[in-house]
Amino acid sequence: MSADGGERPDQISRRALLGRVGAAGAFVALTDALPASETAEAQTRRTPVREPLEALTPAEADTLEAITARLIPTDAAGPGAMDARAMHYIDRAIAGALASYRDTYRAGLAAVDAYAQAAKGAPFARLTAADQDAVLTDLERNTAKGFDNSAAFFNVVLTHTLQGTFSDPFYGGNRNFAGWDLIGYPGVRLAVTAEQQNLDATAAPTHMSAYDYTMFSGRKPAHGH
Amino acid sequence: MATELRRTDVVIVGLGATGGVAALPLAEAGLDIVGLEAGTWLTPADLSPDELRNNFRGWPQSVQKANREVPTHRPNASAPYSPRPSIHPMMNAVGGTTLHYWAQSWRLNPWDFKVVSDTRRRYGAARLPKGTTVEDWPFGLEELEPFYDKVEVEIGVSGQAGNINGRIDPRGNIFEGPRARAYPMPPLRGTGFTEMMAGAARSLGWHPFPGPAAVTSARYQGRSGCVYHGFCNRGGCHVSAKGSTAVTTIPKAQRTKRLTVVTEAHVTAIDVDAQGRVSGVTYRKGNAEFFQPASAVLLASYTYENVRLLLLSTSKAFSNGLSNNRGQVGRHYFSHNQIATVNALFPRNLNTWYGLPAQGVAVDDWADDNFDHGPLDFIGGGNLWVYSDRRPIAAASMSTFGRAPRWGAQWKAFIKENADRGNTAYLQRTTLPYEDNSLDLDPTVKDPLGFPVCRITADYKDNERRLAEFIQDRMVQWYRAAGAIATEKTPVGTMGPTTHAYGGTRMGDNPDTNVVDRWGFSHEVPNLGVLGASVMGTSGARNPTLTAQALAWRTAEHLAANWNSIAK
Repeated sequence: MSADGGERPDQISRRALLGRVGAAGAFVALTDALPASETAEAQTRRTPVREPLEALTPAEADTLEAITARLIPTDAAGPGAMDARAMHYIDRAIAGALASYRDTYRAGLAAVDAYAQAAKGAPFARLTAADQDAVLTDLERNTAKGFDNSAAFFNVVLTHTLQGTFSDPFYGGNRNFAGWDLIGYPGVRLAVTAEQQNLDATAAPTHMSAYDYTMFSGRKPAHGH
Repeated sequence: MATELRRTDVVIVGLGATGGVAALPLAEAGLDIVGLEAGTWLTPADLSPDELRNNFRGWPQSVQKANREVPTHRPNASAPYSPRPSIHPMMNAVGGTTLHYWAQSWRLNPWDFKVVSDTRRRYGAARLPKGTTVEDWPFGLEELEPFYDKVEVEIGVSGQAGNINGRIDPRGNIFEGPRARAYPMPPLRGTGFTEMMAGAARSLGWHPFPGPAAVTSARYQGRSGCVYHGFCNRGGCHVSAKGSTAVTTIPKAQRTKRLTVVTEAHVTAIDVDAQGRVSGVTYRKGNAEFFQPASAVLLASYTYENVRLLLLSTSKAFSNGLSNNRGQVGRHYFSHNQIATVNALFPRNLNTWYGLPAQGVAVDDWADDNFDHGPLDFIGGGNLWVYSDRRPIAAASMSTFGRAPRWGAQWKAFIKENADRGNTAYLQRTTLPYEDNSLDLDPTVKDPLGFPVCRITADYKDNERRLAEFIQDRMVQWYRAAGAIATEKTPVGTMGPTTHAYGGTRMGDNPDTNVVDRWGFSHEVPNLGVLGASVMGTSGARNPTLTAQALAWRTAEHLAANWNSIAK
């Protein structure tokens, strides 16, 4: 792996980006620390604590997080992409393994806000849920103005939001196994019995990352990349 | 200037599925072998159950040579290029893609070796599709049987025989050709889902059976039995139950002290002497360049790289590429007709979260020429395969069968209810070679060293399209019999880079239409052998690896047995 010249540019750019973002003083609401029962009102009263970003700007992060929150909303059916921290998964990924998407996100998120402003009168994150859904539908149908191909960008974000919600939590998303619990995936196991493969078997969720197992903990991919 | 190394008997280019197998009979015959592998050794700890890394990020834990030379594709010579994938279907490592393949280890059926003569005899020559360049193999299944057997024993294949010396056993595939003996291990266990599907197949009068897998169903030659934990689909095995050559034939060959494994060796040319015989290979390792002289070379990289390396290896004797004076390198290319599949939705959970793609149930009633094609408008057939394997990102990306949008609250409600209720079949169908489907060097796209990448010019023809539709209909029938409440057929697609790529260095007796002879050695370069599915002239309806491995063993054994005439 160390000999893989193909990865080095990513690592360099990640460090460079970290430096740049650090200098810009990125802040994002640190919802991690809040108990799930706490009300939104209580959260807003708190002194805003921003969590460092690795690739996105704070404005980009706000827009992206708002998009992910509509793609997989938090609702009566359970936690959604925001709870799973899909935005943070994407932020980390485009600082490393998915660095080739950095420009796609930069241009795409700016275009989303521009289109939201033009069509609905405010940046995407400040629209009502219904208006946000309308904007996303335009993107998906490739009818949003200001894009080369808004459907392509929509598909990239949807793909990465699914990854950020349903991948191993080692990569920064799927927090508290929100994604895996949503679909009833019983989790990473290192061995499975015949009984556990019966039609009506229900295995208790392991709530373990692959890298929580000793066997793999020594060979973690670099920084979740 | 390349550093010239000490001469060896045989160089094998690529230690994957076929090179890794060929090393063993050569080493056991007492020949000295240098195995040049672009990748590195990976340990069981590198093979984590991590869907993101294995299935979406192209195995970053391995050397990524292949990912830097992904072939380009266009459906035909006047069509625009298809989007180029960022990840190569194959990987580099000692053991190659056998580290993460599905490990389905099928033998071809007797028909696959004599498509031309059997079709003529049963239906008439007019039934051979227009433009196909298919030929009968230079031998039949019976010639390859002993080599299938050797490989099954060495890599450890589990399965249920259906035909031992002509004695049919309905627990196995009643359509398979005769085997000399049973598999070395019983088949992988069934699951609730696969038993349900097997029952449905029987209710249709079909003959379901557990498929053969290079995965241990019990402890075998010091390796653990399969633990069925999942993540086997493009994932490696942390208990070495998967019969990768990295844990079977390669270490066994190393124990003879005859095999030297050189990792991170990027082969750039196969060199010839003044007589037009192969003299060795040139490779780069780090920033250094080496020339490894050898008495014989076995090219075992992969279909795309086999063709590319031959075309890049030009010389005075072979100005159009090595072994290409008759223009056959890159011809007779085809890839498996397997994209068009069927998705099904069931009204209950299927519990397929664990298991592996090789843990499934097959139906061969509609494969090859196992059914009457008289009233039909195609030849060939398909193997129907369903299995237990479901990973969370893939499950969340399932079809919604028109019952929900792709995102939002309705989608979320759908996925919450149905993530374990969907299933997708694996349908492999006969694909034939055609005169205008081929491989060559891309005129503009290059790898980081400046060498052109391989270019695929290929598309499915009418025979493949009609066959795809027919097999999809059989699969819909099967799913419905098992209680599916919705099914959908996916499109045929086109023939971009794939793990099931055949031809380009086809094997046959006629040197005007084939690159290698019946033993796998070049018609034009006597001490150059070619290993892999690139020598196969038909695909059958099943995974190519075991056949490519049996051929590799046979070529290696032939080399050892005829060393003086081939290598001196």
